[in-house]
Amino acid sequence: MEQILANGIYLGSQYAMIALGLTLIFALMNVLNFAHGQMYVIGGFVTYTFYGQWGVPFVLALVMSCVTLAILGALIEKFLFAPVIKGSAREESTMLLAAGIAFFLDAVILLVFGEKQRGVPKIVDGVFNWDFRIIMPYDRILICVLAILSIVAFIGLMQYTKTGRALRALAQDRTAAQLMGVNVDRYSMIGFALGAMLAGLVGGLLVTITGVNLGMGGPTSIKAFMMVMIGGAGVISGAIWGGIILGFMEAIGLALLYQYGDITYLLIFVSLMIFLAIRPQGLMGKPWG
Amino acid sequence: MLGFTSKQLVGVGIFLFVIFIGVPLIINATGRWDFYFTLTSVALLAIASAGVWLTFYIGRINIGQGAFALIGAYVSAILVVKAGWSFWISLPVAGLFAAVVAILIGLPILRLRGVYFAMITLVLTQVVTLTALALPITNGAKGISNIPLPSGISLLGIPILPDFAGMENTKLAFYFTACIIMVLTYAALYRLVNSRLGHLCRSMQQNEELASSIGVNIAYIRIVIFAISSFFGGLGGAMFGSIAQSVYPSSFQVADSVNFMLNCFLGGLGYVFGPMLGTLVLYFGWDLLFEFGKYQMLIYSTILIIIIRFLPNGLLSIRFDKGGDK
Repeated sequence: MEQILANGIYLGSQYAMIALGLTLIFALMNVLNFAHGQMYVIGGFVTYTFYGQWGVPFVLALVMSCVTLAILGALIEKFLFAPVIKGSAREESTMLLAAGIAFFLDAVILLVFGEKQRGVPKIVDGVFNWDFRIIMPYDRILICVLAILSIVAFIGLMQYTKTGRALRALAQDRTAAQLMGVNVDRYSMIGFALGAMLAGLVGGLLVTITGVNLGMGGPTSIKAFMMVMIGGAGVISGAIWGGIILGFMEAIGLALLYQYGDITYLLIFVSLMIFLAIRPQGLMGKPWG
Repeated sequence: MLGFTSKQLVGVGIFLFVIFIGVPLIINATGRWDFYFTLTSVALLAIASAGVWLTFYIGRINIGQGAFALIGAYVSAILVVKAGWSFWISLPVAGLFAAVVAILIGLPILRLRGVYFAMITLVLTQVVTLTALALPITNGAKGISNIPLPSGISLLGIPILPDFAGMENTKLAFYFTACIIMVLTYAALYRLVNSRLGHLCRSMQQNEELASSIGVNIAYIRIVIFAISSFFGGLGGAMFGSIAQSVYPSSFQVADSVNFMLNCFLGGLGYVFGPMLGTLVLYFGWDLLFEFGKYQMLIYSTILIIIIRFLPNGLLSIRFDKGGDK
């Protein structure tokens, strides 16, 4: 039981970070970022290149992941999403753009990093063993702590800085924020960059444990969508709850039903559909997003 | 005639001429027989995309068509292989089965809107794939292979449809079958959009509350539309399974569901024939770029991004100013 809880916290903290970036982008621009999983994969590959191949310290490699993704996110927002949102008759057209970008990033990853599964050397050796009730490698614990710290830092940023206040205002009401003198274009770009950066950060953190490969992008995006749905689209606290709930469901399901294989995911998906049918806006979302 | 302008009739005539006579002639002349398979796939995917377009027409983003295509493919395959039905009977049954599933699932989830509906349909595709893996009747990951080719049909001793297995050129036969079904689908779609139901759908697309307040039964209409949409999906999927002669849980995945949606976007959401053009451009374009080897994806996605960057309302919006052809 303790083991399941520990696994749940570990998975949940990773998931929450992925969902945070996605929900931030959604809240600000009403864009479903299909390319989120690909951004996560790129983050993983950047850390792999710096830390695994060139021997740069791990923290520095993580920073490089964040910087790369932030720049990438800013460019994508400025030159692709912003003009398309302005020019299209129905704002759903951005979904086509997002999917196009997902394909494009997949192609770039394939050309630059290849299709092989890549892993890096362990950052810390050893396994934490509490009387055989909780067994967890130290590097997982470290990654989990780092993830929780980043989430706390992100919430701090959103709550207590000028940028965070502007972003929250933007998410609440775009027009009103503009009238209050918020530079909407600039903060949209910053928000998108921040969301992409979070994806890159998780990618960089997780490459030390699960490694990284080209095919991880799509499934990661789908999981992120699910977490966002559980918590409610565009709500920061919802994304965190969604991540934690999905993490625990997966940990519990895999522990109890491991002999049936994919049944866990089937059950999760079905219960999610039932949940959403009863409460369409998720745990804490606004109705009709 | 029938309320069509002569210009429209000429357009339809040219279109029919091209797909039924022009294309076979060109393929015969160039010897690119593989194009038959590509174009047949385009026709079938266009049928499924037509369904997605219809759900867009009531203002819902549908990323779940892959689920219904997979359901259709499995129903037809199981009926043909395990129950020994004729393919031609299993085809409409597959469509109807998909429609019934759509009604059952649609009752709760059609209350959702916007991204919530989009994401739940995305999850639906996963659910159907995983169910196909788990159920015994679908054979799990092994899928159903060696589906026999469609057999002939004769009424009172007169052959109506020939036996596909005895044919020299099944590719051509499948091409014609797919094209005929596609033409029928789009004719039905055009008729539907220009009927009373079509007007009601447009009112829902703009504002559901307002439509409801003036007496439109929105709950009923959205179920009907979703069922029709899924019927198309099941039809396309069943036909696809028959051509590939096999169905696997991975035959239609989330990526396919997304592609169906992209076809509609690319062609333009405001045009009945948008999804057909979108499917042609996306699928055929992908095939043509095959020669670029590993750069295929890069070039493809770059073109896609450029198109949406400069034509955010779809390809057919180039002629938006002239009034369109809605």
